Amino acid sequence: MEKEQKDVILQVNHLSISENKHPKLMKFCKDFIVVKNETITPTLYILRLQYPQTLPEIKPGQFVEVLVEGEKEAFLRRPISIHDVDKEKNQIALLVQVVGKGTAQLSNIKEGEKLNLIFPLGNGFTIIGNKVLLIGGGCGAAPLLYLLRVLKQQNIQSDILIGCKDINHLFSKTEYQELSNLHVTTEDGSFGEKGFVTAHPILKEDFDTIYCCGPTPMMKAVSDYAKKRNIPCYVSLEHKMACGFGVCLCCVAETNQGNKRTCVTGPIFLSTDLKDF
Amino acid sequence: MNTTQHLEVKINNMLLRNPVMTASGTFGYGYDFEDFLSLDSLGGIIVKGTTGTERQGNPYPRMAETPSGMLNAVGLQNKGVDYFCNKIYPKLKDKKTNVIVNVSGSTIEEYVEVATKINSLENIPAIELNISCPNVKEGGMAFGTSKEMAFRVVSAVRKAYGKTLIVKLSPNVTNIVEIAKASEDAGADALSLINTLLGMAVDAEKREPLLSTITGGLSGPAVKPVALRCVWQVAKQTKLPLIGIGGIINAQDAIEFILVGATAIQVGTANFINPSITEEIVKGMEEYLQRHNIKHISDIRGII
Repeated sequence: MEKEQKDVILQVNHLSISENKHPKLMKFCKDFIVVKNETITPTLYILRLQYPQTLPEIKPGQFVEVLVEGEKEAFLRRPISIHDVDKEKNQIALLVQVVGKGTAQLSNIKEGEKLNLIFPLGNGFTIIGNKVLLIGGGCGAAPLLYLLRVLKQQNIQSDILIGCKDINHLFSKTEYQELSNLHVTTEDGSFGEKGFVTAHPILKEDFDTIYCCGPTPMMKAVSDYAKKRNIPCYVSLEHKMACGFGVCLCCVAETNQGNKRTCVTGPIFLSTDLKDF
Repeated sequence: MNTTQHLEVKINNMLLRNPVMTASGTFGYGYDFEDFLSLDSLGGIIVKGTTGTERQGNPYPRMAETPSGMLNAVGLQNKGVDYFCNKIYPKLKDKKTNVIVNVSGSTIEEYVEVATKINSLENIPAIELNISCPNVKEGGMAFGTSKEMAFRVVSAVRKAYGKTLIVKLSPNVTNIVEIAKASEDAGADALSLINTLLGMAVDAEKREPLLSTITGGLSGPAVKPVALRCVWQVAKQTKLPLIGIGGIINAQDAIEFILVGATAIQVGTANFINPSITEEIVKGMEEYLQRHNIKHISDIRGII
């Protein structure tokens, strides 16, 4: 395809929210088997889960709703983003941070135990551009690994910039290096550049698209930067939700087109569509 | 005798293949659940609260998890009755279950307007008049917490609406029986109860409320004892068929509501956790009847 033609398509596809932009994928409510529960830090772990059948189509940026058993204060499911998908093995990986009693209970789950998930949920990233930058902060970076995998399959050139507290909080480093050019900032300088992602020199380069996941202040800062450079920037919102599949209307984000459900229209939004960004 | 006959019930002249329905605001417009269950297996679905014009609802955050339940402060976000009639009804009209519209408003005129428009939709056999929403500034619960106001709004809607009129009652009153009787006198065909209980949640660390509106509606198993008490009290004092709602998460819970006088039940918050829970409840109720050698669900209705 001619570059000019592709640029026109880029602009059209980046245009604002449309409920129908993403074809609706079938949702499932099924048990997975825990293959591995890998501790990264005392409050951060990766669950590798085996699906007993062929995994349905899952898009990067989508999430699951996990049923936590054995903790009576965790009444609702926990929404958790999909860190990685292994289509050959029919496995998915979830990166989980302990934030409350539900995720604390979940962190104790053992190999061989069952975990009930509703999946895949949400819209997922719009993959577009020839050269893209992924920016992740802390455990919020979780959905970027699977995004990198899909970008690589589509031969899209990528750089990934991860900001984290220190080297101990840097997860999936080997995978990032295999799939992309990894750049890191740490708050204490224990790995990569010392400081925050917004000061990293990679930002000076030109990109067609930025994908950003992490704490809200970081996503806002990146979105401001992207706006100045006129680069479309996708962000992933983590709003509190009761259901995760569009019926409770609790997780709304304020957009230029009114309140939209984060779990259906999002969690990935073009930052310029969001009122607070 | 097949499954449906054991569980078949009637609300006014509306036939339900079983007593299990879904509560408004917890089931969208039904089609969000079709990946998980067959709508045709349910007694009915009550779709999201519908108002005269589009509403954006309350600001985020609108939800807080609480022990055995949750608070919500959605505030009737919906696209309005015309959108429902033109865009949503065509997708629902051929479903083989009872599709019931929850009718909400801020004024009597608005309730009447919505009810009139829904009355013209052939395949909607009933409306549920929501005089009990705790999350809107005007109307809503204000109509459901005074017997005079309840009588006025139900009478006005009764004149405009010819099919089965269900009135949804609020538990946030000193005497729910009074409101139930006022609704009966005004021409209601059935009552559904309870709507959510007004509550609040606080974040001690941040020293702020968890909901943008400060207060919200409590639902989930936490409210079941209150709901059972309300249904039992109202069942003793009115002749109307009752639809029990409040914290039902399994067939045992559903049976409890039947025992205290409900003809049918609605499942709400549990739909969020297990989207096929309603089908499981139908099966569980059937098993209960077999296990206790009961011929028909109505044989145990109101025996407490």
